[in-house]
Amino acid sequence: MEIRELTCIRCPIGCQLTVTVDGDNVRVEGNNCPRGAEYGAKEVTNPTRTVTSSVRVEGGELPLVSVKTATDIPKDKIFAVMEEIRALTVKAPVHTGDVLIRGVAGTDSDIVATKTVLYTKP
Amino acid sequence: MDRHDLIIIGGGPAGLAAALSARENGIEDILILERDVRLGGILNQCIHNGFGLHTFKEELTGPEYAERYAKRVIEAGIPYKLNTICADISPDREVTYVNAEEGCVTVKAGAVILAMGCRERPRGALGLPGFRQAGVYTAGTAQRLMNIEGYLVGKEVVILGSGDIGLIMARRMTLEGAKVKVVAELMPYSGGLKRNIVQCLDDFNIPLRLSHTVTRVHGKERVEGVTISEVGADRRPIPGTEEFYSCDTLLLSCGLLPENELSKSAGVRLSRVTGGAEVNESLETSVPGVFSCGNVLHVHDLVDYVSEEASRAGKNAAAFIKAGGMRERGRVITLKGEGGVRYTVPQTIDPKNMEDKLTVRFRVGDVYKGKSLAVYYNGVEVRRVRKRVMAPGEMEELVITRASIPEDTDEIIIRVED
Repeated sequence: MEIRELTCIRCPIGCQLTVTVDGDNVRVEGNNCPRGAEYGAKEVTNPTRTVTSSVRVEGGELPLVSVKTATDIPKDKIFAVMEEIRALTVKAPVHTGDVLIRGVAGTDSDIVATKTVLYTKP
Repeated sequence: MDRHDLIIIGGGPAGLAAALSARENGIEDILILERDVRLGGILNQCIHNGFGLHTFKEELTGPEYAERYAKRVIEAGIPYKLNTICADISPDREVTYVNAEEGCVTVKAGAVILAMGCRERPRGALGLPGFRQAGVYTAGTAQRLMNIEGYLVGKEVVILGSGDIGLIMARRMTLEGAKVKVVAELMPYSGGLKRNIVQCLDDFNIPLRLSHTVTRVHGKERVEGVTISEVGADRRPIPGTEEFYSCDTLLLSCGLLPENELSKSAGVRLSRVTGGAEVNESLETSVPGVFSCGNVLHVHDLVDYVSEEASRAGKNAAAFIKAGGMRERGRVITLKGEGGVRYTVPQTIDPKNMEDKLTVRFRVGDVYKGKSLAVYYNGVEVRRVRKRVMAPGEMEELVITRASIPEDTDEIIIRVED
């Protein structure tokens, strides 16, 4: 049996949750609404995050383009995702929404640009 | 001297939303002045997500949110000047700006919208002991260096202050391989959003030490470490609680200050509490035809509220311009925060110029659980709203309807009560 203390972030109230995991049974206490129960359960069974970072651009009007994972990825993949992002350099122009890495770090999420960086002559 | 119906100072989220709203309300001749190389303001360096949940019903990053507004401004053909600093605004709305192409130019404005945003409380304002060594940055400066210029500002980091930018930078630097050792917060609670504490600190096991501050910055040429001490209820360090953290970088996230130097030169009266202009129901300052919105008016927690407020400023500026710069004014009702409500925006209401519903925004001065917000018209309680939690880091709002205000009201007060 595992007991975890969490702060719910589904709204500004920030209920202090106590989540008890006992095999397949997950019990959430301290929440004031169903969203808190859902958050608590997901955090202990399948926590996910959006990762945002930036990627080097060659020949662009800015040296970097900001990027994100198009969908949430498993929390334990954050650093694996960062490693692939850090290894990447792209050529200008890059437009918001451009896919820069498909299926990053073995997930089914893509790395997409969140900024437009146009080409400038060096 | 050239003339424009409306000049907007600042091309960040406030300026862009104000411009779009003024155009939708019939103003053709608009000019936006922006000092950076592109539109969007500070959002361009806020590459994390969490923006736009209210405005677009989806979670965007800062640059995406900025681009949506910038695109609409460009598609609407609203003129803007980049790399252009506004140097002065006179009380009769003459705006002087400077850029490399035109030099120094003064233009007349039918109305002005102040949308300059805010800046961070700098090291010099904190009284930090130690030499002027390298390695001390405000969190926003570090964010710009990292996300726009591409420099990692340090490898071992201590952060003073738990404002949102500090929390965001704790995660950002951790992702880029730096070790963030601790976040020290002077107050017994964080000034940042809950979700940032969870996703930026808890996720990476970065400790948040409440009621702690930096009492010494070590190193002469470069930061070599900091001493952190616990503070008492009087917020003074408690001797004997000193702890040394070795680090090469100290980030400061100790509050944001509306940037109102231009407002002052225009003669705009400022609030001592917000550091921004005092405004009426139309978001108009003490100088007729000069409006204010966004973080230059008061520091917001979410950009969505900035956009909403700026749209109202744009609409009201449009009404002022269309009325030929003459607006009939009725009575003035004073709006005040008391007993835990630090301020209100707006500070005055003219029922004659007020819309049917007016959103009043404010912040509370402490963390309150299970308290109520009480609204008094001329000392008579008219409303009471129960609140589970209120905290200084999150803005509160109440809607006041015109129909609810009796003829003889001259004062509206909002208080925190049991």
